[in-house]
Amino acid sequence: MIEFKHVRCVLPNGAILLRDLSLTVEAGETLALLGRSGSGKTTTLKLINRLRRQESGEILVDGKSVTAWDTIRLRRSLGYVIQEAGLFPHFTVARNVGLVPTLEGWSTERIDARTREMMTMVGLDPAEFAARYPDELSGGQRQRAGVARALAADPPVLLMDEPFGALDPVTRAEIQREFAAWRDRLKKTVVFVTHDVREALLLGTRIAILGDGELVAHGSPEDIRNSTDPRVREFLQT
Amino acid sequence: MNAREVLSLTGQHLLLVAASTLAAAAIGLPLGIAAAHRPKFARWVLGFAGVVQTIPSLALFGFLIPLPFIGGIGSRTALVALVLYALLPIVRNTATGIAGVDPAVREAALGLGLTPRQMLWMVELPLARGVIFAGVRVATVVNVGVATIAAAIGAGGLGMYIFRGVSMVDNRLILAGAIPAALLALLLDFSLGRVEHAMNRRGSHRGAVATIAVVLVLCVAAGIAAWPKSSQRALVVGGKNFTEQLILGEILAQQIESRTGLPVDRRLNLAGSLIAHDALVAGEIDMYVEYVGTALQGVLKLPGISDPNAAAERVRLEYASRFHVEALPSLGFENTFAILVRGSDARRLHLRTISDAAPVSSTWHAGFGYEFMERQDGYPGLSRVYGLHFADAPKVLDLTLTYRALAGGQVDLIAGNSTDGLIPALDLVQLEDDRRYFPPYQAVTLVRSAALEAHPEIRAALEALSGTITAAAMQKMNAAVDLDHREPRDVAAEFIKTINRR
Repeated sequence: MIEFKHVRCVLPNGAILLRDLSLTVEAGETLALLGRSGSGKTTTLKLINRLRRQESGEILVDGKSVTAWDTIRLRRSLGYVIQEAGLFPHFTVARNVGLVPTLEGWSTERIDARTREMMTMVGLDPAEFAARYPDELSGGQRQRAGVARALAADPPVLLMDEPFGALDPVTRAEIQREFAAWRDRLKKTVVFVTHDVREALLLGTRIAILGDGELVAHGSPEDIRNSTDPRVREFLQT
Repeated sequence: MNAREVLSLTGQHLLLVAASTLAAAAIGLPLGIAAAHRPKFARWVLGFAGVVQTIPSLALFGFLIPLPFIGGIGSRTALVALVLYALLPIVRNTATGIAGVDPAVREAALGLGLTPRQMLWMVELPLARGVIFAGVRVATVVNVGVATIAAAIGAGGLGMYIFRGVSMVDNRLILAGAIPAALLALLLDFSLGRVEHAMNRRGSHRGAVATIAVVLVLCVAAGIAAWPKSSQRALVVGGKNFTEQLILGEILAQQIESRTGLPVDRRLNLAGSLIAHDALVAGEIDMYVEYVGTALQGVLKLPGISDPNAAAERVRLEYASRFHVEALPSLGFENTFAILVRGSDARRLHLRTISDAAPVSSTWHAGFGYEFMERQDGYPGLSRVYGLHFADAPKVLDLTLTYRALAGGQVDLIAGNSTDGLIPALDLVQLEDDRRYFPPYQAVTLVRSAALEAHPEIRAALEALSGTITAAAMQKMNAAVDLDHREPRDVAAEFIKTINRR
């Protein structure tokens, strides 16, 4: 589904973000990219939807190199959720959720129906929340709206950058649990970035630990839990 | 000045401001958008707009006058200048407004697959619109002020009153221009502030958009309604921005109107000889009254000629060959430096000429304006040529105050303007320049040859004025406007009546 082949990514100032990453994400998998800040995990995510460009190597989405994709088409087939959701402050919740279908030119009725369906799924009652603006929502509600927006046009893949990082522990646990249910129901491939090892172990079907621009460890939650690698043990103990 | 005229000038003013702000927005928005995404371009364009803003408005008009297409005098040049002034706040606010969009929102929008165009229209412009509109509001209010300067180049508007009031030392006239301009600025600031407030609220902005549309339509409609109906290619009479020139401009205009029936536009209040001259050469005005000495030294940059006939002849020949402009015979008076003493002193000491004053001047105090102290043909030469020596160094004070100082006895000799209305009013006596120290400054009408060819009948009308205005008559007319606060138009009309009765 998504494949990294010897990808190297360098900032214009010469700082190396990724040295030589090779990694595969199968369809239906949830890959957790785990690492400290500066480890290269967010870079890895943004290389997939071309918010960053690699210096060398190749990234394939659906068997096709991202450089060969039309960037806009590529991004619309990859749902994107970021921390604090990045909702448009001047759009109502309903318009935010219906954004990509609107861009894709869906009919109004279809957009309305889909928006209501998505909002209901993420636990935002359309009757109550459709006309609200993002600053009238709690942090958790904003994050739910962000997920609904990313899923609205039914993209096969969901990219999430620390989606639940800014939430309080109780809300966070609740949304994590519900998220796993939505994902399983919709059978999405998910790549998500986190620095929280508990979140990675809870949601990831596979986990890639990054450090200093390199893949430190890669495997199922079971593999990671049982790893003897000192760098992985260090992570698990935090 | 009457309510109708105030309204009409306010309309002109409003139209200048509305049209220039609209044009500046049309240019500034794309520039600001481009600048927001290109830091290098932003530095360049903001730097340029910033430099333009630091140019004093009168100087900017001065730069624009000689330029082809956008230059000249009249509302077109004024519009160009106003657009330039309005650009900076609009470009800057557009660029900063767009750059100020939350990076998280921008990233989410990119990641969800918005095209650059969708990013601009769905995210950047809606989120920046409050800031952008604030820039438009600033530009509008600034331009209400700058537009008053536009009168200096004949663009009309409320500045007409202000300039005329300043030159005539008439506070009533200044206020007639300044108060409506201030009210206009406050009104626009307030109403645009309301729109800005509405824009900063989210949700539908149909109300705000409708308000803007209504305000714009009203501005333009009011301006057009109030714009003086200009007849097809009327003759245009120009004049500089002081009392005597306002009267002379009216005299030329009314003489042509009454003798030939041709329609005449007035572009009085031009800021100085150079603007008037450029306007004449460019055909923006067809005629104005100039003084021989100014034409010779100020415009033609030739050395002074002390013989009045030779000087006038030289001016006539040079203007004909260089500019295709005809200098008609003198109107009959000179506006030169006048060495003035109190009438009582002149009669008691039998003073008639400056030479007569030299022997008695050693106990006198003199008072001069700044310009006279500085100029080559001012005090230093005067003192040398006539052997004038005073009890102490001359006091330097504002020219208009020297008359009062002389009449009040604080000084005993001053250098004024020979046609000033204060001379007879304060019983002052002009001493004759018996050694012809001052260059000749006869007033002559300069007319474009093309205008004389197109309307041959105006020649007789204008030549009929030659030799009709004595220095005393000019002094009286100046006094009527400066001291009695009468309208230049009415004073000129009376004069025309007296010469046509002869």
